[in-house]
Amino acid sequence: MSTSVEPRDPQATPEGEASQPTSVGRGGELVFSTISTVSGLSILAILAAVAFFLVLLAAPALTSDPADLPYGEFWQWVAPFAFGTVWAAVLALLMAVPVAIGIALFISHYAPRKLANGLGYIVDLLAAVPSVVFGLWGINALAPAVMPVYGWLNKAFGWFPPFAGGVSGTGRTMLTAAIVLAVMVLPIITALCREVFLQTPKLHEEASLALGATRWEMIKQAVFPFGMPGIISAAMLGLGRALGETMAVAMVLSPSDQISFELLTPNGPNTIAANIALNFPEAFGLGINQLIASGLVLFVITLAVNMAARAIIASRAEFSGAN
Amino acid sequence: MSKRIDIKNLDIYYGKFHAVKNVSMAIPARAVTAFIGSSGCGKSTVLRTLNRMHEVIPGAYCTGEVNLDGTNLYGKGVDAVAVRRMVGMVFQRPNPFPTMSIKENVLAGMKLNSKRISASRQDEIVEKALSGANLWNEVKDRLDKPGSGLSGGQQQRLCIARAIAVEPDVLLMDEPCSALDPISTLAIEDLIHELKEKFTVVIVTHNMQQAQRVSDQTAFFNLKAVGEPGELIEVGETEQIFTSPEHEDTERYITGQFG
Amino acid sequence: MTTRYSEKSPETGAESRQSGDEATRKALVSGQLPSFTPIATLVVSIVVVAGVLALFGSFGIAMTLVLGFVTFLVVMRVLSHVVEGSRRAADRTARYVVTGAFVLALLPLLSLLWTVTSKGVQRFDGEFFSSSMFAIVGEGGGAVHAIWGTLIITGITTLIAVPIGIFSSIFLVEYSNETPLLRKTASVLRFFVDVMTGIPSIVAGLFAYTLFSFIFGAGYKSGLAGAVALAVLMIPVVVRSTEEMLRLVPNELREASYALGVPKWKTIVKVVLPTSVAGIVTGVILAIARVIGETAPLLMTAGLYTGMNTNALQGQMTTLPVFAYYQYVTPGIPQEPYYARAFASALTLIIIVMALNAIGRYVAYKFAPKTGR
Repeated sequence: MSTSVEPRDPQATPEGEASQPTSVGRGGELVFSTISTVSGLSILAILAAVAFFLVLLAAPALTSDPADLPYGEFWQWVAPFAFGTVWAAVLALLMAVPVAIGIALFISHYAPRKLANGLGYIVDLLAAVPSVVFGLWGINALAPAVMPVYGWLNKAFGWFPPFAGGVSGTGRTMLTAAIVLAVMVLPIITALCREVFLQTPKLHEEASLALGATRWEMIKQAVFPFGMPGIISAAMLGLGRALGETMAVAMVLSPSDQISFELLTPNGPNTIAANIALNFPEAFGLGINQLIASGLVLFVITLAVNMAARAIIASRAEFSGAN
Repeated sequence: MSKRIDIKNLDIYYGKFHAVKNVSMAIPARAVTAFIGSSGCGKSTVLRTLNRMHEVIPGAYCTGEVNLDGTNLYGKGVDAVAVRRMVGMVFQRPNPFPTMSIKENVLAGMKLNSKRISASRQDEIVEKALSGANLWNEVKDRLDKPGSGLSGGQQQRLCIARAIAVEPDVLLMDEPCSALDPISTLAIEDLIHELKEKFTVVIVTHNMQQAQRVSDQTAFFNLKAVGEPGELIEVGETEQIFTSPEHEDTERYITGQFG
Repeated sequence: MTTRYSEKSPETGAESRQSGDEATRKALVSGQLPSFTPIATLVVSIVVVAGVLALFGSFGIAMTLVLGFVTFLVVMRVLSHVVEGSRRAADRTARYVVTGAFVLALLPLLSLLWTVTSKGVQRFDGEFFSSSMFAIVGEGGGAVHAIWGTLIITGITTLIAVPIGIFSSIFLVEYSNETPLLRKTASVLRFFVDVMTGIPSIVAGLFAYTLFSFIFGAGYKSGLAGAVALAVLMIPVVVRSTEEMLRLVPNELREASYALGVPKWKTIVKVVLPTSVAGIVTGVILAIARVIGETAPLLMTAGLYTGMNTNALQGQMTTLPVFAYYQYVTPGIPQEPYYARAFASALTLIIIVMALNAIGRYVAYKFAPKTGR
C-alpha cells in the first residue's frame, strides 16, 4: 500500500488548533481514550454475556431427565440436525468452490481490465440479497426447475446412494437447499479468491509466460501455488457462512429428522439453524432450553471452522514473505 | 541453435502512449547485443517485444516487424507461446517460483512441453542447465530445497538455468544484474560470455562498463523529451560506439553528461 | 533518420540459412482455428442438443444449456487438439470453463431478480406502502408497519453498533500501543471480534432472547430485543471495516499533527477521522445493508404484529423480512394475496439493500482519498 506524506485534505491540517491551550486537550484526551477503551471492553463484555446466557439456558437441556424433555434425549435429538448442518454446508461448498475459483479467475486473469471491476460488482450483488429472498427464490424458481433434472439423475445414477430413493415431488430436497446455500456463499468465496489471485506477483506470472506457458499453464504454475492458502481459507469462511445460514434452508428444505445421505428424497435432515427458526416460535419450557443448547452446538461447529480458516490465513502471512 | 533477429520499423505503444518510435536494427546470432540508454527511453520495452512479452501488459501493442531468422514474430498464425519457447527471458529481479524446489524450477519450462520425462532424463537436463548457468557445483547437493533459499545472485543464475533448460535460440536479459551485488554481477557477466557460444544474447543494461565488458554490439536508445517516444539513436560494434560514436547524444551519454 | 544497420552479421552459407529459416517458420507458425469457431461451435452444439432432447421428449432450457455447453467443450477440445495441439486445446478449455463459471453465477442472480420482480410488482402499489395488516384477512393490506419496524429496529441497531464499533477500532488502532496491558487487550479483542464475525445469526437471536427474558421474564419480545440481536451481528462488521480504514491513514499525517503540538484525541478527531470518513461511512452502510435483511434472529426477539407499533420497548414489532417470511409460510385462504404480499416485501427489501450498496460504493468512490501509485 502506498503512503503519502502530504495531507490530502487541507481542512484536516491542524494548524488552527496548534495555538489552543493544551490543558483543554488533556481533559479531552482522558475522556476520549476512556470512551475508546470502554467501547473495546464492551465488546468483550457482550461476548461474555452471549456465552454466559447461552450456557445458562442451554444447561437444563443437558442436565434434566431425558423423559422430561419435549424433543427427547438431547444428543440423540440434535445428532441428525448437526449432521444435516454439516452435510448441507459441505455439499454447498463442493458446488460453490470450483465455480467461485472459475469466476475469480475470469475476473482477475481473463476479463478485460476495464470490465473486471464491474463484473466483480455484479457477483457482489448476490451477497447483498437477503436470505429470506433466497428462500422465496429457492421454493418458487429453483425447486420447480431442478425437478426434471432430479428425475433424470435418479433414473441414470440411482445406483449411486446419494441419488437413490424415491424422488421428492416438490423439489424441496437436500440438494436444492445445498444449491441455494452454494449460491449464497459464492460471492464471499469469489471475492476472497479474486483478491488473492490479483495479488499474484507479476514477476512469477511473467517468469512462467516467458518460459512459453499458455495462460492456463501460467495459472497452474504461478497463480494457484501462490493462491492455494487463500483459496483454502476462503472456502473455510464460506463453509462457516453456510453452516450458520438459517432462513434459506428453513424455507426451501422440507425436512426430516433422520440421518440420510439421500439428496433427492424428502429424507434430508434439517439443519440446526433452520430447526431452531422453525420450532422456536412455538417452543415452551424445556423445549426452549433444548433449542438453545442446539444453537450452542451450532456455534461450536462454526467456531471451529472459522478458527481453522484464521489459522490458515495467519500461516499464509508468513508464507508470502518468501519474495 | 542460435538465431538472428531483424527488427524493421517497430513502433511500440502502451494504449494511447507511443513508447518507442520506428526502430530498425539487426541482432546477429551468437553474439551479445547490449541495449543502453537513460531510464524510460524504451530499451526494456523493445526487449520485451522480441519475445512478445510486451503484449502481456493490458493495452500494450506494437506495429512493424520483428523477424526471427526471417519469420515475422507478429505475422499471421504465429503463436506467442512458441515464440517465447524459442526466445527465453531473464528478468531484472530474480524470480524463481517460490513453491518449487531448485530442480522443479529448472524443469518448469520443460514440463510444459512434455508431460512425461524419465527420471534419468530429468537429472540430465537439470545438470546440463545448471552447469550451463555455472550453478551446478553450488547447488548439486540441495536440488530438492526451495529455490527461494538461494542468494540473490544464485537465484538469478537459477533463473538463467531455467531459461536455457528449454534450449531456446535467443536469450533476452532485462538488466539481469541491477538487483545484485558486484561479485554476483561478475559471475553473471562471465556466464554471459559463455552463453554467447550457444545463444544469441540481448541484454539491457544501465551500466555502461557492463555493456563494454560483455557485448559485441551496442544499441543506444534515447528520447528527445519526456512524453516523447523513445528512439534508437545509434547501433554499432561496441568498441566503435564507445570510442568513436557517430551521434552527439551517444557521446554525451557514454561520457556521463546525462542519463 | 539516424538509424543504421549494424555492419556485423554472421557469415552463413546461403543454403543452410534457407533451410534453417524454414524450420523456424514451421516451429513458430502453428495451425489456428478461425476466430468465429468458438461461437459457431457453441450455437451448433446448443441447437443440436436441443434437437436431440426434443426428440426424446425431455427438452428443458437448463438441461439444454448445460448439455450444450458440455458438448461445446468437447467439440472445441477435439478441434483445437487436432489443429492447434494439446496445450492450446487445454488452454481453450480452461478459458471456456472459466467464462462459463461466470455466466453460471449470473443465472441465479437473473433468475432471482426476475422471480422477485415479476411476482412482486403485483402488489407493489400504493396500498402496500400505506396500510398495515391490522384486521386484514385475505386481499388488500400492506407492509407499512413492517417498513416502519425495519426502519426503527435497524435505526436502533445502528445507534448501538456504530459508536461501539468505531470507538473500538479507534482503541485498536490509536490507543492499543501505549502499554503492554493495552496491547494484550487489543490482541484479545481482535481475536474475539473474529469470533464474533462467525456467530450465526440465529445464535445472536437466541442470545438476545435469553438476555431479555432474563431481565423482563420469559417470552418478552420487542423491537429493542431485535435491535440488540442485530447489533451483535453488526458490531464486528463495523469494527473490521473501520479498523482497516484507520490503518490506511498514513502515520506521517499523525506525526505532522503531533509535531504541531496537537493532542492525540484532537489529532484523531481532526485529522485521522476526516481522512478516513468515506471508508468508514461506506463500511457502516454496507453493514446496515447486511443486517437489514436479517430474518432469523428477529423471529425469536421482535416477533410478529399485524398492526403499526412504533414503540421499540413494548410490544412485538414486525420487520420486512419477517413479514415476507410469515406471509409466505403461513398463508390464509386463498393463498394468492399472501404470496403476493410476500413477494412485494421481498422486492421492497431487495430495492432497499441494493440502494444501500450502491450508495455505499458511491461514497467510497466519490470521497475516497486518491491513492497515489
